[in-house]
Amino acid sequence: MQAFTTLNGLVAPMDRANVDTDAIIPKQFLKSIKRTGYGPFLFDEWRYEDHGEPEMDCTHRPKRNDFVLNQPRFQGAEILITRENFGCGSSREHAPWAILDYGFSCVIAPSFADIFYNNCFKNGILPIVLNDSQMDTLFDACATTEGFSLNIDLIAQTVSLPSGKSLSFEVDDFRKHCLLNGLDDIGLTLTQSDNIRNYEQSRIKQAPWLF
Amino acid sequence: MAKTLFEKVWDQHVVSENDDGSMLLYIDRQLVHEVTSPQAFEGLRMAGRKPWRINASVATPDHNVPTNNRDQGITDPVSRAQVEALDANCAEFGITEFALDDIRQGVVHVMGPEQGLILPGMTVVCGDSHTSTHGAFGAIAMGIGTSEVEHVLASQCLIQKKPKTMRIRVEGTLPTSMTGKDVALYIIGEIGTAGGTGFAIEFAGSAVRALSMEGRMSLCNMTIEAGARCGMIGVDDVTIAYVKGRPYAPKANDWDSAKAAWSELHSDADAEFDKELLFKAEDIAPQLSWGTSPEMVLPITASIPNPSDAKDDVQQEGWNRALAYMDLKAGTPLQEINIDKVFIGSCTNGRIEDFREAAAMVKGKSVAANVKLAMAVPGSGLVKQQAEEEGLDEIFRQAGFEWRDPGCSMCLAMNADRLEPGERCASTSNRNFEGRQGMGGRTHLVSPAMAAAAAIAGHFVDIRDWV
Ligand code: SF4
Repeated sequence: MQAFTTLNGLVAPMDRANVDTDAIIPKQFLKSIKRTGYGPFLFDEWRYEDHGEPEMDCTHRPKRNDFVLNQPRFQGAEILITRENFGCGSSREHAPWAILDYGFSCVIAPSFADIFYNNCFKNGILPIVLNDSQMDTLFDACATTEGFSLNIDLIAQTVSLPSGKSLSFEVDDFRKHCLLNGLDDIGLTLTQSDNIRNYEQSRIKQAPWLF
Repeated sequence: MAKTLFEKVWDQHVVSENDDGSMLLYIDRQLVHEVTSPQAFEGLRMAGRKPWRINASVATPDHNVPTNNRDQGITDPVSRAQVEALDANCAEFGITEFALDDIRQGVVHVMGPEQGLILPGMTVVCGDSHTSTHGAFGAIAMGIGTSEVEHVLASQCLIQKKPKTMRIRVEGTLPTSMTGKDVALYIIGEIGTAGGTGFAIEFAGSAVRALSMEGRMSLCNMTIEAGARCGMIGVDDVTIAYVKGRPYAPKANDWDSAKAAWSELHSDADAEFDKELLFKAEDIAPQLSWGTSPEMVLPITASIPNPSDAKDDVQQEGWNRALAYMDLKAGTPLQEINIDKVFIGSCTNGRIEDFREAAAMVKGKSVAANVKLAMAVPGSGLVKQQAEEEGLDEIFRQAGFEWRDPGCSMCLAMNADRLEPGERCASTSNRNFEGRQGMGGRTHLVSPAMAAAAAIAGHFVDIRDWV
């Protein structure tokens, strides 16, 4: 996994609440057995006029002009700002894979759906929770400033605006540690193999029907 | 100290605790399907890892499988590749799979309980958000992503933080014809799709206890639509009677000791929850979703709401967007909404009781002329077999329904079963997001009896006064 430490990136706004995983990556793309290649299909139904299918070449597909990520000024954005309950719906990890493959490595929202939030950390994406008024500040600044970018510092846990204003955010120590170091948490868990075996030994005595 | 049901099961599964309060939680059962597992198996292979405990996982293909002409195999090459990848991965790693030609194949969340793979007090995971279904057995059952599927395969553990606890009690007697599905939709309508975020919910109260296991599974299934980590219900005689005698259920001496252990699986009388909610069963009328989020729900007697009545700007914008997408006007009575297709099935409502309730509504009647397709899709091969033994398939066919083979089908339209743009569907599934049942398709979530009655009438009806 790619480590995440700091990021100075262009911001794209998605000013709607409850963006669900079906919208992030529609189900036909879940048929792939790979982890990569989902970026061109991120928000497929909102982004293109036609119906997308896996493995399609997207370069010449007709784009919807009114969709925010299609606007020239947001090309190359690496940070997505959005509203409450982002990533609700299914557990599909294809959603963070598509977000990452598109080029976003940080999503900022007032709240996230649990499974999506968790899936982000497993894939080197930093999901940041800010409160509604902080979000309003970011949306306003983004709307009025061409090329609006943010500086994210995971070590210091801060989001800094070009104005110099800095907002701090919370993140679990363990998740932060893994993300900063790009650590695979399976490897970490397996360092506890003895503990897992001991647990199984005692559990099998209490509840043999589980084994 | 008094404990909640959730705490009892959780505490029995903690392997170790990290400094930051996260815990290594032991997982008793993992269900596996073709969509969220290929990259997990690939990860194991790449790292040279083996499954930690092979018999803890059981697989079946469901999301992508065709629901008719199975003898011709899977014609869509992309779907076929995914199902074949599951077959090959299960064979390579030694995991039990109920493949496409096995009578036990079905939607994972129907297959698991039916086989007795889900037992009270277990921790259960699956790379699918509707894993919450299994909380109906007094289990902690959570949907996870593919990286975690790999994590559980490799270590039989998950890294988790303990969620907060919420108890939702529904007290009283449900009016006739009200099902677990109506209770689920009603609660989500009340608390919203983020109402359960960060919580493990326990459903309790006399109306919940009066539900069958099927009804309890429908209710827990939709906990995820309320944003909760999991939903669960305490163990009682109904739970134990359902589990008894199932192929993977404990036998002989094990059964007696299991039963004794399971009798503890309920919240202690003075256990404390972080949040408590109370609803009256008598308030629950047949529910119908009108918009593009499961919280946009109303009783069948209501009319489409007016966005100017929304509680804030965010909700108003959501309602406007939903009305445009659903092509509905504020003030229209729900009973005047005509439908094009009907889907009865899914992990919410694809069990035998669901088909019995739906069949009772359509018996001796015919699907309305404006309904282009009405499908009944059993949740598993065994549900299909049981329904056929009871003659339900004939009732559906005579009414003009198609009787299909088991799978997720039009719940998420990954196979050929889908809505065309603009089509409107009465669906017993759990999600009404834009495009969920096919690009541009419009979904109304209802109970099986409501969907069946709508198929006959051609529009939604109040089943309480409908004959
Ligand atoms: S039936 Fe629908 S909700 Fe259930 S597992 Fe299948 S796709 Fe998911």
